[in-house]
Amino acid sequence: MTLLNCLLLSFILFGIGVFGLLRRRHIVAMLISIELMLNAANMNFISFAYFSKGDASAGAIFSLFVIAITACEMAIALAIVIAMYRRTHSLDIDSLRGLHE
Amino acid sequence: MNNIILMSYLSLFLPFLAFLINALLFHSSRKKHAAYVSIVLSGFGFLSALYIAVFYFQSGIAPGKLILWEHLFLKFTDSLHAHFAFLLDPLSIMMVVVVSFISFVVNLYSLTYMKDDPSFSRFFTFLSLFSFSMLGLVVASNLFQMFFFWELVGISSYLLIGFWYQKPSAVKASKQAFVLTRFADSFFLLGIVLISYIASTFSFETLNSLSLSHFSGSINLGFISISKLQGLFLSSILIFIGGWGKSAMFPMHIWLPNAMEGPTPVSSIIHSATMVVAGVYLVARLFPFFALFPSTLHLIMVLGIITAVFAAVIAITQKDIKRILAFSTLSQLGYMLFALGVTSVVLQNESFIHPLGYSASIFHIFTHAFFKCMLFLIAGSLIHAVHSNSLEAMGGLKNKMPWTYAAAIIGVLAISGLPPFSGFFSKDEILIAAFQSEHFIVFALALVTSALTAFYMFRFFFLAFHGKPRSNSTANVKESFGLSFPILLLAIPSFLGGYAFKKLLFQYYGPGSNNLNVFEKSMQGDWIPFASSFIVLVSIFLAWYFYARPYAKIQKSLDSSNRPRFYKWIYHQFYFDEIYDALVQQFLFKGIAQTIRFFEDYIIGGLLKLFLFVIQKLGSLVRELQSGWTPFYLGLMIFGVLMWSLIAKLPI
Repeated sequence: MTLLNCLLLSFILFGIGVFGLLRRRHIVAMLISIELMLNAANMNFISFAYFSKGDASAGAIFSLFVIAITACEMAIALAIVIAMYRRTHSLDIDSLRGLHE
Repeated sequence: MNNIILMSYLSLFLPFLAFLINALLFHSSRKKHAAYVSIVLSGFGFLSALYIAVFYFQSGIAPGKLILWEHLFLKFTDSLHAHFAFLLDPLSIMMVVVVSFISFVVNLYSLTYMKDDPSFSRFFTFLSLFSFSMLGLVVASNLFQMFFFWELVGISSYLLIGFWYQKPSAVKASKQAFVLTRFADSFFLLGIVLISYIASTFSFETLNSLSLSHFSGSINLGFISISKLQGLFLSSILIFIGGWGKSAMFPMHIWLPNAMEGPTPVSSIIHSATMVVAGVYLVARLFPFFALFPSTLHLIMVLGIITAVFAAVIAITQKDIKRILAFSTLSQLGYMLFALGVTSVVLQNESFIHPLGYSASIFHIFTHAFFKCMLFLIAGSLIHAVHSNSLEAMGGLKNKMPWTYAAAIIGVLAISGLPPFSGFFSKDEILIAAFQSEHFIVFALALVTSALTAFYMFRFFFLAFHGKPRSNSTANVKESFGLSFPILLLAIPSFLGGYAFKKLLFQYYGPGSNNLNVFEKSMQGDWIPFASSFIVLVSIFLAWYFYARPYAKIQKSLDSSNRPRFYKWIYHQFYFDEIYDALVQQFLFKGIAQTIRFFEDYIIGGLLKLFLFVIQKLGSLVRELQSGWTPFYLGLMIFGVLMWSLIAKLPI
């Protein structure tokens, strides 16, 4: 297990997240893609902390913060999704195109 | 002395106060407040002017120059300042008295004349502004102040000529007057700029005592380099062009007869004391400066005499009484200007000044103001009574308007120049000046003009007042006291003004500069008054023969259709209106304006449209980006972040 392997893994995860965010039209699926990207970032934190010479707990603390904030963010996002569903009876992101006007 | 300074402020600013009060408080009032304000304030203005005049001539200061007060107005450079001042000298105080008197009388007259007009108070507002600007012009101590008020006179005359703006002809006339005088004024401004550049002063005092030997070297006008002397000469011509336009000299005269579209009191004040004499006043004010350049004075003389004859010839054939008087004004202005011009005498390559012409010209400004103002007011009364401008509708008003008739006798005799009426004295001085300074052609033409003047004035007089009424409205006419009273007020100075002023004339009214060569050798002209009076009497007899003898064929002599071609030329004023129209329409509008319009439409407009097109396309591109399609936004964001780190090398 090397730093490079860990970074490659998080890069792949991030790429999947980006791809999913761009390609999927289902709102919940997009949220999950965002979650994937965040987790890739978490992995980076942890692995850099693990392979550096100092105290490894700083990385863990950062990722804990990120997880907590993600939880809040998801709560808000899901609330918006529910509101949208009530309004359009659909979870397709394209049904929200009219919002920009 | 403090008294005098206070009086000078009053005489200048009371009309302005009247203007402010009328403009701010009574602008929509239908009552006669505006007229009372104007009349009372201009009356007090006249009294204070009279007070200054009496003080000035009695205190022994005359003919010295005095600047009563002076305020810094604009600072151009450290040495070139424009002041706002009150200059007191014989010329300015004479003009102040005349202008404020005429303005008072015209205000009084307008009270009755304009009483049914819906914009009654607007009229008095403009009239007060007009007198204020003319007063400011005549008391100017420097060219800049003069130009400032010169323009004010221009704008207020524009407002007054176009007073009845519902009439298209009035609008056209006011625009014509404004544009033509503006055209001349632009040269005046150029002249001021040039002279202040060379002599670095605006002050009349300095300009009038310039000595040419101090100016050597040359100046650069940008495209051409000329010597300073030539520059001064050029500026004297340019400054005179300002007066040329304002005094309506040939061929810039056409605005003056057309300005008759305004209400008659306006014509009266424009033609007698304000506006048109401004040009003559300018030349008189800067006379020692102009006298340095005999060619300029020659130009003034030639223009003056051409206008005098030309306008008098036209006046003979006109049927509109206001037009007759307008052309007579032109002719009299020509008189004043050529009188200034004949002062220059060149003998053996040396130039001299014959001061009589100068004094005579100022004298004529003075007498002409009264009788011309009165004649216009009489014409106004006739129009008011008969409801027509045309001589064809008048006749036989002698018994119906006895006071007006009496005043008219004084007026026409004064303008014809028979003793002892005022016009005789000043006209005679002018003729003698022309004779003594040995400009014999000018002298002969001036005699012819004086004969023509007597003829057309008596033609007007006989056709309007004698004979039988030629229309129904003429048969039942009543005289109105409100109109006759101001006319009678003016009859006094028209009758006695010449004799009274003659005493002051030679004592105080000379060109007043010591670096001019005075022309000493003078021929006697004792016979001239007799000759001119005889000629005038013959003209009057001819006018009587054609228009008032018991069996005169008035209908035939008023008929203008069945006439030889030459008469028609004169009757149509030598087609100058048409020439100007053609020039303006064909050359300015169709030629230059159309070309510029083309340039504007297709080249500037085209560039603008191209620019607009590009901006619009860019705009729609940006608008397309706001598609509302979320993945596209997200993609752009990610792309942007990538670009940020890859191209801009920013740490993220």
